[in-house]
Amino acid sequence: MAKVLRWDVMVGVLLVAVFAGGSFTSPGFATIGNLSFALGDLGEIALIALTMTMLVVAAEVDLSVASVLGLSSALVGALWDGGMAIETIIPLVVLVGALCGLVNGLLVTKLGLPSLAVTIGTLALYRGLAYVVLGDKAVAQFPREFTALAVDDVPGTFIPYPVALFVLLAVVVAIVLHATGFGRSLFAIGAQEQAAFFAGIRVKRIKLLLFVLSGTVAAFAGVVFTLRYGSARADNGMGIELAVIAAVLLGGVDFDGGKGTLGGVIAGVLLIGLLRNLLMLNDVSTEIQSIVTGLLLIISVLTPRLITALKPALSRRRTSTDQVGPESALKGSP
Amino acid sequence: MSGPPTLALANVSKSFGAVRALRDVSLELFPGEAHALAGENGAGKSTLVKTLAGVHRPDSGQVLLGGEPVTFAGPADAQQAGVAVIYQEPTLFPDLSVAENIFMGRQPRTSLGRIDRKAMHAQARRLFERLGVTLDPEQPARGLSIADQQLVEIAKAISRDARVLVMDEPTAALSGNEVARLFSVVEALREQGCAILFISHRLDEIFSLCQRVTTLRDGAWIASEPVEGLTHDDLIRRMVGRDLDALYPKQDTTAGEVALQVERLTREGYFTDVSFQVRRGEIVALAGLVGAGRSEVARAVFGIDRWDAGSVTVAGRPLPAGSPTAAMGAGLALVPEDRRQQGLVMELSIERNIGLTGLRSLRRGVTISRAAERDRARDWALRLQLKFGRLSDGVGVLSGGNQQKVVLAKWLATEPSVLIVDEPTRGIDVGTKAEVHRLLSELAGQGIAVLMISSDLPEVLGMADRVLVMHEGRLTAEISRAEATEESVMSAATGRAA
Repeated sequence: MAKVLRWDVMVGVLLVAVFAGGSFTSPGFATIGNLSFALGDLGEIALIALTMTMLVVAAEVDLSVASVLGLSSALVGALWDGGMAIETIIPLVVLVGALCGLVNGLLVTKLGLPSLAVTIGTLALYRGLAYVVLGDKAVAQFPREFTALAVDDVPGTFIPYPVALFVLLAVVVAIVLHATGFGRSLFAIGAQEQAAFFAGIRVKRIKLLLFVLSGTVAAFAGVVFTLRYGSARADNGMGIELAVIAAVLLGGVDFDGGKGTLGGVIAGVLLIGLLRNLLMLNDVSTEIQSIVTGLLLIISVLTPRLITALKPALSRRRTSTDQVGPESALKGSP
Repeated sequence: MSGPPTLALANVSKSFGAVRALRDVSLELFPGEAHALAGENGAGKSTLVKTLAGVHRPDSGQVLLGGEPVTFAGPADAQQAGVAVIYQEPTLFPDLSVAENIFMGRQPRTSLGRIDRKAMHAQARRLFERLGVTLDPEQPARGLSIADQQLVEIAKAISRDARVLVMDEPTAALSGNEVARLFSVVEALREQGCAILFISHRLDEIFSLCQRVTTLRDGAWIASEPVEGLTHDDLIRRMVGRDLDALYPKQDTTAGEVALQVERLTREGYFTDVSFQVRRGEIVALAGLVGAGRSEVARAVFGIDRWDAGSVTVAGRPLPAGSPTAAMGAGLALVPEDRRQQGLVMELSIERNIGLTGLRSLRRGVTISRAAERDRARDWALRLQLKFGRLSDGVGVLSGGNQQKVVLAKWLATEPSVLIVDEPTRGIDVGTKAEVHRLLSELAGQGIAVLMISSDLPEVLGMADRVLVMHEGRLTAEISRAEATEESVMSAATGRAA
């Protein structure tokens, strides 16, 4: 039963279903060109989802990622406008992203503030800074050899460069999360922070690192975003933190921390991407797209809880007793 | 005991899936009696309590109220019928006053419909008078000791005319004189005709408080009998179904060099100027009342909290303040007092919990070796005779005693030179308790320095080579094994000159 009801597996099945349904109803959907575009269009969300997964597993969240992306984009524009070389701009901007993450992390770990509140604050703060940097204007005319990196496919494939980078990082994060001591620590922190601390895990240091990583990746995603659209604006990526979190929760990561798999998150990211793409192909307005993202978020938080509520009823039908005493069996059935 | 019992269970059975939690159990509670319910963890005590409290309905058999069969549709029904349950750790509203907690939802009103605070406080005072205790009804519940919170719960029950008081391990978190006060309250209620069902792992308490005792084993009723004439051994035999090896088997060992040296350690507001040492092969007990600062000293030594002054030295090397990681590195291990919050990550499996203290040593290259993780868990599970299904099972399905073994396994796997255990046998059954004692004794025999915090006096006297006693944040006495008696430890713990 446990295997069939595993949430990340269900999302995988849903993903196949959406794909099949999409190719059946929208002729342009299942073409190499469209899928390549859909993947590329997902690049930033996918990248940020990797670090967001680690944060949420550790029972924290970073809502400022889209604003860091915007700030990064605005900085790229302003510095390029000021005549700086792209090769200098990129590391500089990524460093600023790391600093943004550091601020979030210090507020959470040193002052003990809840990350939800802190990053709602910096969500507004960093976006505001983006407007201070670039105002309302847009900077374009980036050199073709750089925009190509964000748009073109890896030669001989239909995989855009950012997606290839995502695949590479996803492998790294999957190993870190599921096979290293650091990953084990994240799950322990998310499930029972006190017990993790009592076991000698450096909880604060780890959380600080997660926030810095989150800011760094969000700023890098800002560079990708800017080059992909060939346009630097302060309002770039507005609101995509919701899509990122929807993807992470849809992927079966528990918002309360301690549970989740990266495989599930990747399925969640793809599902969100395909749905957005399908809606776009069918000329559904952005308002409806926003409604769909919102509903997915709520469904992904609600469904695992429903499953948990239903589980005792289902497991009562099982007959394995192992060596569980009567009183401990009790605890399983609220 | 004439007349019908106030509350009774007749041939009650209750199953959860294939687990038969109660099998044909009968129990009669008469007015004016304190009745003990004894049994190991997993014997069915909690299920029985929840059946009386209306949480569970029996699969077969009956609940009888004043001799008449009743069906409790839920806890509210049971409360209405005069059955009150006092749990080990009460849940009061911390921001409301004591009186408001007692009369929650039933506050006396003035003619204008407003809450009549004066009347409420007067009524609360009368309740406390009836119980023979002094508590201020106007003080907020936040900051009350667990013992005082229990009294508030009892007052609440009495104000609802409870005729049956079920007390599920009320003394587990209480210190000696708090237990004595609770007992005098129970005594007063008994005289007023209440029936009391009392659950405790401490056999002494059963003998001193109760008139009759019912024993359960593996969900089955074993005996209901008068306490008078029973011995400890009789009762243990009924609970366990066999004779137990002696509890407290500490062998004499020769103490080696100093392993842990604590020098004038101070944490403001918690403890002051605490100095002691523990040698290899020694078990040193840290005794005292709850709130005397014992756990706080242990936490500071292990780096959970920072200390303000003083020093901690392990095997001659000073330890930095506030770093559990450094403490672990120096060979310290702490089995904390709160198993569910501090000792274990309840959502994780047995092997992950045991592996949590060894994330470095389990590394092969960059990744954790699952085989090594499993071997470590299996090795320690076998050595501690853990009862489990699979190592990948969640630690939450284990009984309390087995969970405690997992905490011990997790720390022993780090091969510590100094082991600090905080209330190592609280809330675990007699059989496991004996195993834990034997284990601690063995560890000391292997040259580990053991510092044991315990509120269980027989345990302290039986296990310790030396007893350190704390009172209000200060060390007040150091008593050798030969001189340690209940009286000498208690007088130091209560601040009377030793």
